Amino acid sequence: MLAYDTLLAARDAIRNKKTSSVELTRQALDRIDRLESQIQAFNSVYPERALERAKAVDEGKIAGELAGVPIAIKDNLCTSYGTTTCSSKMLADFRAPYDATVVKKLESAGAVVVGKTNLDEFAMGSSTENSAFKTTRNPWDTSRVPGGSSGGSAAALAAGMCCGSIGSDTGGSIRQPAALCGIVGLKPTYGRVSRYGLVAFASSLDQIGPFGHDVPDVALLMNVISGRDPKDSTSVDTPVPDYLAQLDQPLADLRLGIVKEYQLTAGLDPQVKSAFDAAVQTYRNLGARIVEVSLPHTEYGIAAYYVIAPCEASSNLARYDGVHYGHRTREPVRDIIELFSKSRAEGFGEEVQRRIMIGTYALSSGYYDAYYLRALKVRALIKRDFDRAFEQCDVILCPTSPTAAFKAGEKTGDPLQMYLCDVFTVTCNIAAIAGLSLPCGFTAGPQPLPIGLQLLGRAFGEEKLLRIARMYEKATDWHRRRPKLL
Amino acid sequence: MAEKKITLDQVRHVAMLSRLALDEPKLAKLAGQLESILGYVAKISEADVTGVEPMAHALPVCNVFRDDVVEPSLPIEKVLQNAPDTDGPFFKVPKVIGGDEDSAG
Repeated sequence: MLAYDTLLAARDAIRNKKTSSVELTRQALDRIDRLESQIQAFNSVYPERALERAKAVDEGKIAGELAGVPIAIKDNLCTSYGTTTCSSKMLADFRAPYDATVVKKLESAGAVVVGKTNLDEFAMGSSTENSAFKTTRNPWDTSRVPGGSSGGSAAALAAGMCCGSIGSDTGGSIRQPAALCGIVGLKPTYGRVSRYGLVAFASSLDQIGPFGHDVPDVALLMNVISGRDPKDSTSVDTPVPDYLAQLDQPLADLRLGIVKEYQLTAGLDPQVKSAFDAAVQTYRNLGARIVEVSLPHTEYGIAAYYVIAPCEASSNLARYDGVHYGHRTREPVRDIIELFSKSRAEGFGEEVQRRIMIGTYALSSGYYDAYYLRALKVRALIKRDFDRAFEQCDVILCPTSPTAAFKAGEKTGDPLQMYLCDVFTVTCNIAAIAGLSLPCGFTAGPQPLPIGLQLLGRAFGEEKLLRIARMYEKATDWHRRRPKLL
Repeated sequence: MAEKKITLDQVRHVAMLSRLALDEPKLAKLAGQLESILGYVAKISEADVTGVEPMAHALPVCNVFRDDVVEPSLPIEKVLQNAPDTDGPFFKVPKVIGGDEDSAG
């Protein structure tokens, strides 16, 4: 592991001159060198640029909340340096002309970006196996997946290749890999973080968020990346609190909701269930009142999601035409339609093509009302369910993923089985609320796998959500465990 | 809706609309997959949505304007830096009009 592996400890050690940014950045780069062949977390690494920035921090030329700390970012965030590939052949050589707002904010706060991490192509997947370039492995057991789509960012942090990382979450793509890799991940409320420079997948669901080894690290990253951005008209003006200020103050009169309908979930692993029950008991011991809430439209969540997300994707991905940027076919073409069609068939991988097809079908004439319009109505019902539930509780507790990390290749043959992994995560995006996953236990056996606890909170209720998560974290030590890697 | 069969012709049509030049084996594979996925998502038809307004936006915001002032755009060389083919300040494409079908239509 890194000498200081939490973001806050690393930041403070650099500030207090116990270490230097160059020293810590070099350590991170060394670990990437040593472990990358096993973990396959990075699409690109920027040692020279990182060390140059680290040196500038050490010389006092760059300061800020994250000064000198090595971090990794998901490769669907635009950077004016290197490539932004989305793990797609379509964008294999794409050099973004600008930095995403989040990247700009992180670097203005002094963060040192060591590299850009692997993902399911265009963030479509739950295992990072849909990457056109490599299959990222879970640091706890390299025969297993890290989750997805932000699997590279989660695995890089869990493997100690950086002190914090950034992902994006459209239906669980931060929270599920956080759970499977034994770290903390937050999907902020839609509108909390600017999406400018995030390559679009499903624009009404996408949101950027942080990974950390513990809740304070996630809070610190949220302090840096949150806020309104004139370049993203869906980012909201709501004031950004200092998420660290009250973090260690426990909340009194806490009411935590457990969802009636989730207890019937098929495919919920018994070990995940018992870790979850134990976590609920921990909160009870901390004085929280547990109330049962109902989300009556739970059973429609995945169905609505797998209409809305592909519809928006089919529209967003129409821009890849082999003309303005991205892959262009080398085969002879008769006309421009053939140029589009051949370029897209060659440039997009199977899952992306499948989702474009589903979305195009559902939006096509004669089917729009039955699929897309109806899904949007179901979306309204799901949001109403959450509004009502939050009248009875401060946050909702549930497992993040129905199982711990599964074996690589186990679900690649059946897309629908892969979609069903998202049962506990998609409704958070559908309702546009905030969700966090943190470690709450491990499976039994010679190679224990992390289990994640999910907390769902009101829109723009991140401050409370983080404080409630912190209460659990302080009462347990799951978040201190690290995988045994060479 | 749930028992709906997805025919190869339908898949071929959707691939055309999607601008994806897929070969026959791929189309055949997709037919089965689309049938299973669309069969699953058809579950939404069971929900009672009487009187429910579609949730078109995630947030209750509308008409977000900025001041109507000219701001710098990307320089043209940056706009063109990723283009597969260019000619001076232009994107270059094969002939647009005159193929087998009227591409402009």
